[in-house]
Amino acid sequence: MSKKILVIGELQQGDLRKVSYETIAAAKQLDVDAEIIALVMGDGDLQKPAHDMIQYGADRAITVTHANLSNYTSEGYGQVIMEVMREENPAGIIMGHTSIGKDVTPKIASRLELGLISDAVAIEKEDDQVVFTRPIYSGKAFEKKVMKDDGLLFATIRPNNISALQHDASRTGDITAKKVDVKDLRTIVKEVIRKKTEGVDLSEAKIVIAGGRGVKSAEGFKALYELAELLGGAVGASRGACDADYCEYSLQIGQTGKVVTPDLYIAVGISGAIQHMAGMSNSKVIVAINSDAEANIFNMADYGIVGDLFEVLPLLIKEMKLEGALIS
Amino acid sequence: MNIYVLLKKTFDTEEAISVSGGKIDDSGAEFIINPYDEYAVEEAIQQRDAHGGTVTVVTIGDQDSEKQLRTALAMGADHAVLINTDDDLDEGDQFTTAKILEKFFEDKEVDLILAGNVAIDEASGQVGPRLAERLDMPFITTIVKLDIVDGTATIEKDVEGDLERIEVSLPVLVTCQQGLNEPRYTSLPGIMKAKKKPLEQLELDDLDLDENDVAAKTATIAVFLPPTKQAGRILAGETEVQVKELVDLLRNEAKVM
Repeated sequence: MSKKILVIGELQQGDLRKVSYETIAAAKQLDVDAEIIALVMGDGDLQKPAHDMIQYGADRAITVTHANLSNYTSEGYGQVIMEVMREENPAGIIMGHTSIGKDVTPKIASRLELGLISDAVAIEKEDDQVVFTRPIYSGKAFEKKVMKDDGLLFATIRPNNISALQHDASRTGDITAKKVDVKDLRTIVKEVIRKKTEGVDLSEAKIVIAGGRGVKSAEGFKALYELAELLGGAVGASRGACDADYCEYSLQIGQTGKVVTPDLYIAVGISGAIQHMAGMSNSKVIVAINSDAEANIFNMADYGIVGDLFEVLPLLIKEMKLEGALIS
Repeated sequence: MNIYVLLKKTFDTEEAISVSGGKIDDSGAEFIINPYDEYAVEEAIQQRDAHGGTVTVVTIGDQDSEKQLRTALAMGADHAVLINTDDDLDEGDQFTTAKILEKFFEDKEVDLILAGNVAIDEASGQVGPRLAERLDMPFITTIVKLDIVDGTATIEKDVEGDLERIEVSLPVLVTCQQGLNEPRYTSLPGIMKAKKKPLEQLELDDLDLDENDVAAKTATIAVFLPPTKQAGRILAGETEVQVKELVDLLRNEAKVM
């Protein structure tokens, strides 16, 4: 009988996050022959996300619906995941390294005295051993990690690094609704305040437009948002821009703040302090727009424009609109 | 209130990283309090000043970790504990750290434990939640606001840019996110006072642990630097021409659009 690997489909306002599909691809990398079981939990009808997980490569899905799962709590999710682990006895568990993944996986690992490898960006087999690569020092370096014994392979994966498998609309699999009595929650979520702007999640974005002190004001960031929307990307910022209140700290990219690895990173008015570079240096293609030709960011950029960003950005937006018009 | 802070020393964020002998080379590096742990120290001091009690900062490290503990004491913490594993442990992981801390906290009366939400070096973010679970204590990660009234904490948690307002009874473990507070700078009188504040040193033996009890569950088999990036092309010409060229390059050369 093939081994089982459990992956967690993570819902965000009713929809699966992209990283959920990536966990399925990661599970295949752990063991190509394994049976992949997707777990989806929440408080509504979970047929669609369960079905989506199967079409992205899971072999079957388990759904758990309970009123106490309407908001994430580590205790609620922890109870469900551990109950499913008891029943299925998986050889591996993969979850996204998201707000929820970071929170619940160490709880489970600690309860069950397991090793846990957080924030993996690559998974390989070397001599039958599974090797996880993960960034350290905010991407200034990397380490390869293994589990010391033959126990459970337990890891979270960084969004946007392990490509999801092709969607296959013809795939089918069993979807089982499982009952778990989620109870004794000690933490109560009273209110969820949505502050994030609509659109693409910064940590999952394929294109990031980031602004620094050079953008000069919150008003100045509007052009970045316009460009991001045009390209289907997200807006980020340097610490300088956040400290100066041009934007929220949740947009900060760098050694403190988020580490992002998009396909395209456009740095606008960012000088390129070492702390900022740590957060974006592993982007596939980097574009720098800065009026200071000596700015450090140009050492890291694939393409650079030395110029006034207030002149360059409107032109870039115009050009992208033109491009968009040509394609459609 | 009995308030504890988990603290780790990390490389200064200014440091470039180099690798030698399959490990991060830390010779000559400047060390600081992990920036997220600084928010924890500051919050602990503010909560103590509001509610009374004592702040104890705890670190696992080597003799040099005393420096970061003294800084926390200079900020205003009352006691410091250094669990020195230099002689006993060659390597550990998050299981190791949580296990040692679990033992340390076993006989302690605790109302509140604060930690950074992540350390900027290893960046797993595991130790806080792992410890809370061992102590059978609820935990909330990435907090940006903490109000305590009559033994109940009302917390704002950052969820990738959104906020959740959460209620939980003490004792609780929280991990701190940027935006929670502005850590204070140390003052000269603070630094002078810190020299006289109690700093307790423990080894694994003092906690009735040996290295087998805390043996890591994971191992690091390699450390390497990312490939160095070559500086790219600076475009030339009229701004309008540069912008057109850039869009063309992104589409046809880099193929990222």
